[in-house]
Amino acid sequence: MDLFLNIAVDGIAYGMILFMIAVGLSVTMGLMRVVNLAHGGFALIGGALAHWLGGDLGLGFWLAALLAIAGTVAIALPLERVVYRRIYGFGELQQVLATIGLAFLMIAAVNWWQGSTLLAIQLPEGLRQSLDLGFRKLTAHRAAVILVGLMVIAGLWWLLDRTRFGIRLRAAVDNRNTASSLGIDTGRIYMLTFALGAGLAALGGILGAELLPIDAYYPLRYMVLFLIVVAIGGMGSILGSFIAAIGIGVIETASRYLVPDLATIVFFSVVILFLAIRPQGLMGRA
Amino acid sequence: MTRNTTTAIGLALGLLAGTGASADEIKVGVIAPFSGPFAQYGVQYQQAIETYVAQHGTSAGAHEIEFIYKDVGGVNPDQSRSLAQELLIREQVDYLAGFTFTPNALAVGPVITQSETPTVIFNAATSAINKESPFYLRTSYTLWQVSAPLAEWAYDQGLRTAVTTVTDYGPGIDAETAFKAAFEAKGGEVIESIRMPLSTTDFTPFIQRVKDEAPDAVFTFLPGGPPTFTYTKTFNENGLKEAGITFLGTAETEETNLQGLGDLAIGLQTAYHYSGAHDSDMNREFLAKLAELHPDAIANWASVGAYDGVHLIYEMVKAAGSDGPAAVEAAKTMEWESPRGPLKMDPETRTVIQNVYIREVERNPETGLLENVEKGVIATVGDLGWTQ
Repeated sequence: MDLFLNIAVDGIAYGMILFMIAVGLSVTMGLMRVVNLAHGGFALIGGALAHWLGGDLGLGFWLAALLAIAGTVAIALPLERVVYRRIYGFGELQQVLATIGLAFLMIAAVNWWQGSTLLAIQLPEGLRQSLDLGFRKLTAHRAAVILVGLMVIAGLWWLLDRTRFGIRLRAAVDNRNTASSLGIDTGRIYMLTFALGAGLAALGGILGAELLPIDAYYPLRYMVLFLIVVAIGGMGSILGSFIAAIGIGVIETASRYLVPDLATIVFFSVVILFLAIRPQGLMGRA
Repeated sequence: MTRNTTTAIGLALGLLAGTGASADEIKVGVIAPFSGPFAQYGVQYQQAIETYVAQHGTSAGAHEIEFIYKDVGGVNPDQSRSLAQELLIREQVDYLAGFTFTPNALAVGPVITQSETPTVIFNAATSAINKESPFYLRTSYTLWQVSAPLAEWAYDQGLRTAVTTVTDYGPGIDAETAFKAAFEAKGGEVIESIRMPLSTTDFTPFIQRVKDEAPDAVFTFLPGGPPTFTYTKTFNENGLKEAGITFLGTAETEETNLQGLGDLAIGLQTAYHYSGAHDSDMNREFLAKLAELHPDAIANWASVGAYDGVHLIYEMVKAAGSDGPAAVEAAKTMEWESPRGPLKMDPETRTVIQNVYIREVERNPETGLLENVEKGVIATVGDLGWTQ
């Protein structure tokens, strides 16, 4: 019974971290249909800024995290205006090449600025404590990630399903020309949505850093993880990504508990099998 | 590679070995990663080499020494071999050095045997490398050299049961085998050996398993960087220390990433051959010079591997100039004082015999920084893995 509870708790905590680092990609690649391999780059920029603001400048964790997310958005906005605006119109392969190129530029920039060692983000005292669940301990940090993850999914649902902005965004993605001709400023909508994706990437990078620590090669190291979450979840579905992340977290954690030597094989076999049966993902449209 | 090119290279190398480069200038080719995820190694080597040169000048005996750096990128044996050939043929180097990864070091074996080029390994830590060519010399360490003494020391401290958790790749398995063999030879028991996939990001399940087994100690080996960071964090957060499980490691608390581990690292015990906090004048002079040249530099095991490697090359040049076989012969009897303590070349394994220290992470009250404080020497050994 303990084993079962352990798998459930660790799996959900890990899954929520996966969701947090992939949700930004779910917005840019899933909703906006741009194959954004530079997603990890924005997470890296957010993490590096948080490391710099919190460590070198000595700001508190929460302030540093907020400023780092704002800083990432500030970098993403002109980038969208100058570079991504052209990338939207490319074919899929060209998008892959262009955005992986951007990821390399971001890696090189952070490597030049902060070097290639780990960029640790010190947590505040409150998040470093352990919570007693009765049968075992869970760190406050992971509990906080679960909480923030739930807030993000609720917030996105509200934004996309319940606001005018969400309706316009869905219209713009489905048929950009018709949407423009109806008077929707699609350029602005795209820019704001992209900024949202970059900001979420930064948030995920910072909150996930305890498990997936930030270093200059972060975007490449974890690219497969982000892509798997979005692919399993189904393009364009935030809820799908959420369910996929939790599912992947639980399956991977279970295989590590039960068959540690084979954990990687089990994990990838499940992913391959799932995508073979359902290539459009959990909630994707066929 | 076609047969013709192989023959051509062989001929060129043969000619080279016969004539040798000019007597007054000796070139040393350094093959290491200077870009990509492992660029830190190249940086550490180059800084240490520059420090040694700043302390000892650019000449050894009657010869001027020149270093040529080549970027191998990462784990890339083909690139390593072609860089070695380029250095030997085009640049006419007399010595090769560097080599972070075992495959890269192994790849140049046939080349250096043919050209009779002494090759000093700054890092690659698999015992078997030196068997592949009589021209390999190693100033780093081997996994057996630190893991086996650690196991014996642990037993002597009263620890009787252990679980090993290693990353499932070559060096990890070497470390597991070495620890297990030494610990069980003493009479201890390894309850379980867990091999963790190289791609592991969340170590909680493995750590929980260890906790459930409730051994006296857990021995671990992980590649540096993110895995070490996450593992040590998870170890502390899940209360293994409170459960009375002793952490035993080797390179996990290395200096370049140590500050990033934060307060959670305090108390971690490791057995290793170099700590930046080693208490000797030699080490303080090394660190002072390093800081003078590169204010942001942090010395770690890769730095002293390179520093001592350059020392060895200087001494070989003094003894034999560009005569490869004579240089290796001379190196086999060398002894010197290094920033890590006394070193002696083992004539059989051509890996240095050195002190293995038991260390514990503490926060230095003066600088406020974390450091590996050496608690004593637990063994003075050469490559224990040679005969395994």
